[in-house]
Order: sequence, then C-alpha cells, then structure tokens
Amino acid sequence: MNINTTKVISLLFFTFSAFYLYTAYQIQVFAFDENAPFNARTFPIYLGYAGLFFSGLKIILPDPNTIKVQHKTLEYKKTAILVVIAIIYGATILKVGYFLTTSLFLLSSYYFLGERRWVLMFLLSFPFVAAFMYLLHGVLDIYLRDPFLQSIGVMG
Amino acid sequence: MIEGILIGLKTALTLQNILMVMAGCFFGTIIGMLPGLGPMTAIALMIPITYGFDPATGLILMAGVYYGAVFGGSTSSILLNAPGVPGTVATSFDGYPMAQQGKAGKALAIAAWSSFAGGTLSAIYLLFMAPSLSKVSLSFRSPDYFALMILGLTAIAAFSSKGQFLKAMMMVVLGLMLASVGQDSLSDITRFTFNNMNLTDGISFVLVVMATFAMSEALTIILKRNDPTSAAKQVSLTELGSIKINKEERTKMYKTIPRSSVIGFLIGVLPGAGATIASFLAYGMERNIVNDEEKEKFGKGSVNGLSAPETANNAACSGSFVPMLTLGIPGSGTTAVMLGALLGFGVQPGPRLYMTNPEIFWSIIMSMYIGMVILLILNLPLIPYIARILAVPKNYLIPLILFFSITGIYVMSFNNFDIYLMIGIAVVATFMRLYDFPMPPLILAFVLGGLMEENLRRSLLLSNGSWEFLWDRTLTACILLTTILIVVWHIYKTMFKKTKG
Repeated sequence: MNINTTKVISLLFFTFSAFYLYTAYQIQVFAFDENAPFNARTFPIYLGYAGLFFSGLKIILPDPNTIKVQHKTLEYKKTAILVVIAIIYGATILKVGYFLTTSLFLLSSYYFLGERRWVLMFLLSFPFVAAFMYLLHGVLDIYLRDPFLQSIGVMG
Repeated sequence: MIEGILIGLKTALTLQNILMVMAGCFFGTIIGMLPGLGPMTAIALMIPITYGFDPATGLILMAGVYYGAVFGGSTSSILLNAPGVPGTVATSFDGYPMAQQGKAGKALAIAAWSSFAGGTLSAIYLLFMAPSLSKVSLSFRSPDYFALMILGLTAIAAFSSKGQFLKAMMMVVLGLMLASVGQDSLSDITRFTFNNMNLTDGISFVLVVMATFAMSEALTIILKRNDPTSAAKQVSLTELGSIKINKEERTKMYKTIPRSSVIGFLIGVLPGAGATIASFLAYGMERNIVNDEEKEKFGKGSVNGLSAPETANNAACSGSFVPMLTLGIPGSGTTAVMLGALLGFGVQPGPRLYMTNPEIFWSIIMSMYIGMVILLILNLPLIPYIARILAVPKNYLIPLILFFSITGIYVMSFNNFDIYLMIGIAVVATFMRLYDFPMPPLILAFVLGGLMEENLRRSLLLSNGSWEFLWDRTLTACILLTTILIVVWHIYKTMFKKTKG
C-alpha cells in the first residue's frame, strides 16, 4: 500500500495542533482575567483550532498534486554528518571559543563534503575566521567570547 | 513647500552630508549582505557615531544606512536565498531562481533599478503627500490592522504556489504558533515555554528566518546533490550572466514599478506595517495582475516577481518615515530605532516638527533622493564583484552559509540553545520543503503574530468580546471583503482549471 507522505505530515500537524490546543487551555491566567473577553490563552486557542481545521481538511480532501520524492537519490548520510558537525559546533562554541570552533567547523565541513584542497581549506577556515572575527570584534565592536584566545594571550 | 525643499537641499547638499549618505549607503550594503545583520542592527551600531554630529547629519547617515542595508539584504536573498531582513524575503522568491538560472547579474541589476525607482518615486510621494497621509494613518484602528494582517496572510497563502493553498495555510498557522511562544506582551504570562528559561523571550525572528531559508536551503542542496535536476541547477549557479536588462524586461519593469511603489509607500505609511507586508502584498498583487503566461513564471525567476517586492520594500522604507516624522509613531522596527536616536538628540518628532525643526524634516526627504542615486552609482558597478560569491564551489559555499547563519544567531544571544533550536527548525524545514510546504507564509505569519494578537486583543476588548468589530467599520469590512474575494477567486480558478483539465 502506498502512503501519501503529505497526508502523513498533515496528520502529524493535526496531532501537533491538538497538543498545542491542549497546552493553550493549560495556560495559567490571572484570576481577574479568567472571564475577560481576551486573555493570554485566547489567541493560542484560536490558533489551535485553526491548525486542526486546515490540517484536517488536508487529510480529508483528495490530493491532486501528490509529491513523489526519490529517496534513493537523496544524500542523507552527508546531510546528517553536516547536522551533527553543526550540533558539535553549537555545543563547544561557548566553552572553547569562537575562533577555534568556527575554524574547525568550517574545516571539517569542507572535508566531509569531499573537499581535499588543503591549502584552500585552510585559508577559508583559520585566516578567514580571524578576518571575520576582527570585523565583528574589532570594527563593529560586537563582543565575542573566546576562552581559547584568552588562554594563549591573543585576546584580552 | 518650495521654501522647505530649498531648506532641505541647502542642508542635504553640504559636503559633510553627501559624504554621510555615501558612507551610510556603503556601510549599510555591507552589513545588510551579512545574513542576520539587518538594518536595525546597522542603525543601532550607528547611533553612538551620530551623537557626534548635528541631528540632521546624524539622521541622514542613518537613513543612508537604512537604504543600503535593505539593498544589501536583497543581495543575500538573491545570491544565497538567505534574507537577513524580513522586507527582502519576497525578493528571494524570484531573485534566487533567477540566480540559479545563471542570471544572477541580471537579478541584481533588476533589484538595484527597482530599489532606486521605488525609493525615488516614494520620496516624491512623501514630498507631496506627507501631511495628508499622516491623517489617513491616524484613522486606522485596531480592527483595521487586524483585518489588514488577515489579508496579508491570506494573500501570501493564496499566491505562494499553485495548488498548495491548504499547505500554505498550515504554514501560516505554524508561523503564528511559533510567534506565540514566550511571554504574553500584556500580562507577561509565559506560554509554551515548558519551563525552559531560554524560551521566555520567545523565538527570535532572525533565528526562524535563518533556519527556514539559509540553513534549510544549504541542507537541501546537500540532500539533493545526486538529483539530476538539481545538479543541473547547481552548475548554472556558477554563471554570473550579463547585468544588462533587455527591452522586454524593461517594459515589464515600467509597468510593475509605479504600481508597486504606490502600494509600498501606502503600506509603509501605516504604523507597524512596514516593508515586509508591503513587499508580500506587492508580490501577490503583481502575480494577480499579470497574464497567465507571466503568472506561470512566478517563483521560477519572473522579472515582475522580482521587481515588485524590491520596489515596494524601498518605497515602504520612505513611507515609514511619514508616521515617524509627522506623528512620532514609528512605521517599522527600524524607524523605531531611529525615533530613539532622534529623542536622544533632543528632537521631538510629531506634527510640530515642520515648524520647530524644518531643516531636519526637509533635509531627510531631500537626502532620500541623494541616497537613492548614490546607492545606484555605488551598487551597479559593484554587481560583478558582489556576484563573485556565486563562483565559490558548493563544498565551500554550503559550510560558509551555515557559518554565517550560526554566527548571526550566536552574536545575538551568545546562547547554545538558540543554535540547537535553529538546527532543529532547519531540519524540520528541510524535510517539509521536500514535500513542497512553502516557507514564506510561515515567515510572514511569524513576523505578524505578535501584532496580530495585539490588535485582536484591543478589538475584542473594545467591542466587549463581540466579533462585530469585523464589520462595524467600513474600512475593516472592505479589507475583509477583499480577503474573501481573494480566497473565492483562488478557489474558483483552481476549480475552473480542474474542470477544464
């Protein structure tokens, strides 16, 4: 049996809207606001019903423009690696510092995407990040925390 | 008025002020190009510098930065599909496909000319219509704003892509849901934060726009690397193409620019509406006006589809000065920052600004013309150099897009959570893009969510909980009627085409 993925996504959205609506009803409002024409939960409640309505329609009504995705041609592995590298980058940027983590993020991303021109890879990571960091930190005065550069005495 | 123009010219045409406009336009273009750093950031960064000048010079510098940043935002929308500014999201709909077809130079030239024409025309409108328009904008009440937002969201859902109305409406609702996360603006009650302190202030606009556009675009390119159709697209991306606009394209622009500049200016005048709604409405209106053959090209690199939002967003920039200068009410987030700077100078904007500080009022209007000319002179010759970014191979460009996106978020909050949230939203958006769920309706809904709730709150409180406010005022009823007509027309056309088929 072929399952229409758009309908599955709509069903997921329907479930999400139901959860959103349930949470909207749980929003604690002040006692004096409870019976007011508008309080903190009014708009979210309307949104929850709107979500149920539109996703419900999408599930019920026939879908003339069915989208067929060729999963065999999709590069799931490389995409997943890139996402994981980005998560590691996000996890280390505060502790290690902007310069080193960003440079390593760029270098590893180039590598996993199949790049092997090491000189260019290096130029577009460490010196590039240094120049960009100078623009942000030195010129635009946007503070960038960097424990690594502080530890080696480059940054005050 | 002639006297005012002369005062304005005398102030704006001093060497110092011309240099300020030039510096502002250049600096603004560079900042606007960097995803995540929009006009608001650029102007905020300028405030400490402007305090060294007199108010007119300071404001002229900020106005130059504003135009430059909007144009710079269009450049990153066209070349990278990474609109760092909400007002240039609609530019990417046709600008990016055009760049993918190897016409990046042409797309940038169309954007430059449209911005120039939109900004210049709206400066003329501003000159003649500022006093009367301030009265019109004052007549807009909460129900009218609420209806206007419904119209904007329905229009973008109806016109986003063929046969995807329900999907687009789902994305609208999702955008509004994301906007509802965080503290309620009036009662400060937290909603949908699940006791996570990082969500108390809500989700940042830049985060959502970076995740759904820049990051998900980068991930989609990697995901579809082996797809024969997208591989062809990627090869053509490295071609810049000519920046010359041919006669046929010019003819299309001649028709689009005047009407888009009018709609952009009028929307810009309304406090709170700004360049985003203007560009989306201009795009939707243009798509509705053009013939069927041209309509098919929308979303695939249409000249009209690129020219309309570019004209409208620049026209709205000028329009947004009207409520700020004449009423003291900012027309957009950016003019709100400028209003703060004006107050810092000790200048009180409002209806009396004409009389108390005529040189400020008129010199800003005059500097708009000068700014537009300088922006064009500065940007057209630079297009081939700006577009060189396309020659960067995908193996380098994709990590660089991810790097700019993550840096954009990181410098705003210095918080790991925002980076994780952005990656999460980007992964979901990439998956939804595979199944043709359009992202622009989500973005517009996210931008308008807070304003929409605020205006619904006021309307319902004033009408004591009754929904009669929707038809009590003629203006509200007319806007809602237009919304209904758009939906009915859209459904009718879809059904008619199906029957024909």
